[in-house]
This record gives sequence, C-alpha cells and structure tokens, in this order.
Amino acid sequence: MTKQARWTGLPRLAALGVLVLLSRAAEAAYEVNFQAPATQLAQEVYDLHMWMMGVCVIVFIIVFGVMSYSVIRHRKSSGVAPATFHENTKVEILWTAIPLLILIVIAWPVTKTLLNMRDSSNADITIKATGYQWKWGYDYLKGEGEGIKFMSVLATPQDQLDGKAPRGDNYLLEVDNHLVVPVGKKIRILTTSNDVVHGWYVPALAIQQDAIPGFIRDAWFRADREGVFRGQCAQLCGKGHSYMPIVVDVVSGDKYAAWVAEQKKKMAAGAEDQSKVWLLADLLKHGEEVYTKNCAACHQANGKGIPPVFPALDGSKVATGPKIEHIKMVLNGRSGTAMAAFGQQLSDTDIAAVISYERNSWSNKTGEAIQPSEIKAERR
Amino acid sequence: MEATAMGHAQAHDHGHRPTGLRRWLTTTNHKDIGTMYLWFSFAMFIVGGIMALLIRAELFQPGLQFIEPERYNEIVTLHGLIMVFGAIMPAFVGFANWMIPLQIGASDMAFGRLNNWSFWLLIPASLLLVTSLFVPGGAAGVGWTLYPPLSIQMGMGMDLTIFSVHILGISSIMGSINIITTILNLRAPGMTMMKLPMFAWTWLITAFLIIAVMPVLAGAVTMLLTDRHFGTSFFSAAGGGDPVLYQHVFWFFGHPEVYIVILPGFGIISQVIPAFSRKPLFGYTSMVYATGSIAILSFFVWGHHMFTSGMPVAGQLFYMYATMLIAVPTGVKVFNWAATMWRGALTFETPMLFALGFIFLFVMGGFSGLVLAMTAVDVQMHNTYYVIAHFHYTMVAGALFSLFAAVYYWLPKWTGHMYNETLGKIHFWLTMVFFNITFLVQHFLGLAGMPRRIPDYALQFADFNVISSIGAFGLGLSQLLFLYIVIVCIKGGPQAAAKPWEGAEGLEWDVPSPAPYHTWETQPVVK
Repeated sequence: MTKQARWTGLPRLAALGVLVLLSRAAEAAYEVNFQAPATQLAQEVYDLHMWMMGVCVIVFIIVFGVMSYSVIRHRKSSGVAPATFHENTKVEILWTAIPLLILIVIAWPVTKTLLNMRDSSNADITIKATGYQWKWGYDYLKGEGEGIKFMSVLATPQDQLDGKAPRGDNYLLEVDNHLVVPVGKKIRILTTSNDVVHGWYVPALAIQQDAIPGFIRDAWFRADREGVFRGQCAQLCGKGHSYMPIVVDVVSGDKYAAWVAEQKKKMAAGAEDQSKVWLLADLLKHGEEVYTKNCAACHQANGKGIPPVFPALDGSKVATGPKIEHIKMVLNGRSGTAMAAFGQQLSDTDIAAVISYERNSWSNKTGEAIQPSEIKAERR
Repeated sequence: MEATAMGHAQAHDHGHRPTGLRRWLTTTNHKDIGTMYLWFSFAMFIVGGIMALLIRAELFQPGLQFIEPERYNEIVTLHGLIMVFGAIMPAFVGFANWMIPLQIGASDMAFGRLNNWSFWLLIPASLLLVTSLFVPGGAAGVGWTLYPPLSIQMGMGMDLTIFSVHILGISSIMGSINIITTILNLRAPGMTMMKLPMFAWTWLITAFLIIAVMPVLAGAVTMLLTDRHFGTSFFSAAGGGDPVLYQHVFWFFGHPEVYIVILPGFGIISQVIPAFSRKPLFGYTSMVYATGSIAILSFFVWGHHMFTSGMPVAGQLFYMYATMLIAVPTGVKVFNWAATMWRGALTFETPMLFALGFIFLFVMGGFSGLVLAMTAVDVQMHNTYYVIAHFHYTMVAGALFSLFAAVYYWLPKWTGHMYNETLGKIHFWLTMVFFNITFLVQHFLGLAGMPRRIPDYALQFADFNVISSIGAFGLGLSQLLFLYIVIVCIKGGPQAAAKPWEGAEGLEWDVPSPAPYHTWETQPVVK
C-alpha cells in the first residue's frame, strides 16, 4: 500500500470515527464526570476525584481478580478437595496495615485542598446569598458593587414547565437576574436563609454551602475564566426545590464595572418610584408580573391556592376585607407556615402592585389601588 | 387447689394451641413471629417499591407528567422511611427470630410476649405512615431525614410520621433487648462466645447499636414535635435554637443506623460463603473484631452527612479521617470472604450467587462511600444522585441481596421443600442486571451535578434518567418472580434434607426440615 493510499478508505473512516467518538466523549465528559472546572480549586477537586477513582480501580482489580480466579478455578466440579486453612496472622496484619497506609496517603492531598477551600479571608468582593422558598436573593456587601441587591428567580417560562412548549437548553437552569462577578477576583459568598435550609451549589465552581436560617456560612471562589456557570438548590426546601437555580456570570473587570454602574442607576430609579402615585391599571399590570413570580407557586395563577396548606386568595377574607390586614400579611408573613415575610424581599412598589392585583382579580372586586407610600407607612 | 389448676392448664397446653387469627395474634413462638416479620417486611418492600416506581416514572422524562412537586416529596420521604424501617429492618429481625434460637441451640427467644409485641407494634406504626398520605396536607414532604425548619412547616402528616417513628423505635428496641438476652443467656452448653455463628454475632452487636441510637432518634423527632406544637425552638434561630442541632442529633442516630441495616447482612454472607465454598470462614476472630470495630467507629463519623452544613474545618477533617478508618475493618471482612473462597470447592446455587453479588456490589458501594468521605470532593457530590447511588449500592445490593441469599439458604429449613433452583438463578440474574442498570448511571448523574429530591430536572440529565427508570421497572417486576418462587416452595417441592447444603455448618442443620414447631427443647451439647 502506498503512503497515500493508507490514508484513504477504511483507515480514514476509522480516524473519522475516532474523532467523532472523542468529540462525543468531550461532550459526554460533561455527563460522566464533574462539570469542567472553572476555578483552580475546582480543578484540584476534579484531580482528587480522578486520583480516588484510580485507587478504587486498582483495589477493584486486585480483589475481584482474586475472587474471579476462585470462581473459575476453585470449583467443586474441578474435583479438587477444598483446603481447610482458616487463618493466617501475617497476611491478616498485612491486609489491615496496607489499606491503612493507602488511606493516609490519600488523606494528605485532600486535607490540603480542604484547608484551602475553607479559607475565605481577604476576599475582593463579598456577596450574601439568601435562600428563600423558592428563589435566591443577592446582596453585594463589600468590594466593588457594594450596595447592589436583587432577587434571582427562575426564568423558565411556565409553558415550558407545563410541557406545552419545547424546552430550552437552559430549562430549569435560568434566572431573571444573574449573579455577576469579575474574573480572577476572590469572591466570598455568605449564605443564609429566610425560612428553611437551602443549599447554594454551583458545580463548576466547586461550591456547595448550606443556607441556614438565622446563621451565616461562608464559601469562596476565584474564577479563572469568563463564562456562565449554573447550579441548583441542593437541600430539599419544599415544593419549589427544583425551581430555584443559581446562575453566575463571570465577566471581565471592565464589563463588571459597567454592570455595577448600570445596577446602581436602576436602583436609584427604583427608589424614586416609591413616592409616585400609580393608576390602578398600571398597578394591576405590574402586580400580575410580581404575582406570577412570587405568589403563583403556592396561591396558583387562578388564585385558588392548594388548601389547606396554601389558602385561596380568590374570595378570601384577607383579600376582600380591610386592606391594612392584607398589607400586614404580605409584609410580615405568617410564622409557622410557608407564607414568607415578603417585606424583606420585595420593594414597596412591588408589594403595592401585587396587593392591588390580588384585590382586583378573579372574583375579588374591591376597586382599591394600593400605593407604595401606604406600604412604606406600614413597615416597621 | 391452685397447684392442681396450674398442672391442669399445663397438661392442656399442647393440645389446645390456638389456630387461625388467634394463633397469629397471640403467638410467642419464634418461628411464627419470624414468619410474620418476614411477610410484613415483604409487603412493605412492595409498598416502598411501588413508591420507587412512581418516582422513577416521574423522572423518566424532564417535566412533570404524573405527580405534583409536593406529592413527589411525600413519596420520596415515604419510600425511604418504609424501605428502611418497614422492609429492611423488620426482615433482619425476622431472620433473627427464626434462626438465632435454632443456631444457638435454644428452644425460643428469651422473652416470648415481648417478641410478640415487638412485631405487632409494626402494624399500627406502618398504618400511621401509609395513611399520612391521605390526611389533609398529605404526608410529610421532607425526605426521610425530616430536617427542620421544613419539617416544622408541614401539616399533620408530619405528626403521624413522628408517632410512627416512635413506635418503630420502640419495636426495634424491644426486639434488641430480646436478642441480646437470648444470645448471652440461652446458648447451648459448650457454645462459647467465640463459637457463636457469625449471624448471631453480627446481630448481637447490631442489637447494642439499636439500643444505643433509637432513643436518640426518638429524642430528635420529639424535639420536632415540641417545636411544631408546644412552643419550643430547639431548631429555630429566632428562639435561640439551631437547625443544625437537629442534623447532629439525627445523624448521631443515622450513621449507626446504616450499620444496623448492614451488619446482620455481613453475618449472613459470613455463613453462606463458607457453606458453598465447603471451607471454614477465614479469620473468624478478626471477623468478630472487625464487626465490633465497625460498630464502635460508627459512633464517631456522623458529621460526614453534614460536611456542607458549615462546621469548622477541624470538624470536617476529624469526620473525614474517622470515616476513612471504617474502610479498614470493612476491607478486612471482604478480604476474609475472598480468602474463604480461595482454594475452596465452590458451587453456585442461588444463595451463593446472591452472596457473591453482595460482595461485588457492596464493595462498589464502599468505593463511592470512600469518595464521599473525601470532604473536598463531597462538596461537589453532597445531596446529588451520587449519594443516592452510593446508598442504594450498599442498602439494596448490600442488605437486600444478603436478605435474598438468606431466604434461599434457609427456605428449605423453614418449609421442608427445595425451591426451584433454575427460577432462583433467573431471579438473581434479573435482579443483578436491572439493579446495575438502575443505579450505576446515577453515579454519573451525581457527578454531572443533578441534585436529589427533585421531580423535574435540566435537560443534560435526561439520558441517564431514562436508563435508570427502565432499570427500575425491570428491577421491580423481577421481584414478583421471587414472590412466586417462595410461594411455590411453601406449597410443595422436592423434599429437603435436614442439611440440604453439603458445606453448611451450624446447629440449625441438625434439626429436621421443616423445623418442628418446637426445637431444641433439650439443648444440644456443643463440643
């Protein structure tokens, strides 16, 4: 075969096949191993796991090699009488000591990585992530972007959730407001919760930290490349547990500065809104958006709720009776139930709008327009 | 007068044994009670299995097809509670009841009425659990671990669960008192502790574990009850408490609990492997010490279930090292089993197949456990499907396979008939294949980042979920074959000898098959 001919026909097909397999494997590597690490720590964790897998494979081969040999060669049907030995102190000591040594050898690199993982000191930016049932809230506490705060709610459209529309690539992994951070900086994440235990989990950043109500925990990461990294809540927190993802946008320093400026402008604009006097029609329109994002999960789009745990709003005493009780309920929640204190999560404008919506939808026809200033007055 | 009346009653005793429902309600006979435990556990296995199939049906595709998220959480919770407390634990107790007196040459368990009560308590306990699905608000949708504050939010289904757990715990504690007293006091003369069959040894140690930790679980769920209804705030920061306190108390129970559900299984394997290798168990002494070390170490590692709860790094390191330590005595056991087989004369009847399957798959579960013990890596895998894969390998391919091995091993003794060996082998292979189809891919799902306890998932997890669900249905249906095999064997089949397995050792093989209602009324003398 000439040199040229060797690269056509079957060998070429085979090479193509290998390339396809490799690219599938690269795609599949996402599926059979950890997600591609985006931080040095995540890379260390990835490597540690491969190390462990190597050790397990070797032990597997030894142990099951021996057993397979027995299964094949030490059968009664081979006619050889069974041996009678049933102890051997030297061997037993060896196979106790050697695994112990192997474990000690493995423990050292894991210890190093763990000590590093738990040291969140000297962070460039500190962000608090608060778990809610069922969304995350982010507060930029320290560093560039200080003062920015927003909620981050699942953005997958309802018709995709209902199976009525084809599912997008980021089904269940998309939110309205991403957590934006600059690349290469040490970001400390403080986790806490407003209600039950949640878990802030972004695999590519090798972070998982429980978010515990009444307590603050910390974790940190330093992304070494730009990109969008997605994660989910990792601690069962009720019916919306699958529906509160996390999306971290790692951007260049310049893009981050621009984002910070834009966010600050938006917040200033939002603060102005609080004293504005709204028309009922505008309140209802905005209120419906707020309702869909924050209330419909429990009280349902049709306002009928899922009694007895999630009461109906349609025709309810709170939504048709004195508005002050309705405002108090939304602001302060009801302790011992899943009704959160939305005063901590939503602005005066949002709360005024959603209450107006609830009081004027379905069979509720109070005709009342609640203004942001009324909400502000009720806050304590 | 009284003495005559007593003598009169005793003389009548043997002729007037109750029959029908009265027999089963009032029996103090260890064989009857063992039988009831085993049938109960199988029924619970089916109920828990149906729940597993509901879960896998929902997870077959992304999106919600059959079950609302709240209901899904309830089913996940009940699947766990029913399988652990309703299927696995009562099954092992059933074996303890049937086999320990036979194996140690005792005529029955030490406390007959306590034994009866231990069983019958399971009925109201399981009814509470199952009916919690149908009360307003449904069952508790919190996962079998019942973490607050979520469990404080739940409706009355949570209270039913708490009461059920209390009753289940009482039943286990009573059973354990019985087992310990029986083994320590009623052994046949000449049966020293170091001549005790491995199944009895592992149950003795397990019984101590149960007595130590079931009250801790009772404490944990009682604190949930008082936080829910009596104004305490053990687990609420607003009142000075801490949700993580619950996690500590629960897992202090929870980790020994997983050894409770596997140690008797180790004991079974330690009897089945030598029998079918026609060779004594290698390293009996070290097996006993290894079991004891595992039990003691199990009290020191609970924090590895809580690596992400925010404990100081010193705590994480301690729990990591302690957890790795447990791998050593567990490894010793596996090596001993392999050494038992080495240069034996092996045959592969169904009990042996399940024992070999146990070793193979339990070791794989051990590997994933070791990986999870590495805290820095656990951070990636905690609360993902990797954990689910790990504990199903150890609890299903571990505990359940050992239970299957035990059923096939001792069925001839109980019924007097040989089961259909071909069908038994088919049951083994179907279970083996479908089990791995179901759970092997779940390791990959966990690695890829799929969280636990979610009814709907992102698209990159779809392919492996399809495979896992198909496997689950195959696994579930295969167990109907097991039921058929057992029923047919009870009804008839080739006559079983007193010792149908050539290499089997133990006093249970010195009584006829089927074992008479009363055995060892005169204790044998062991040399």
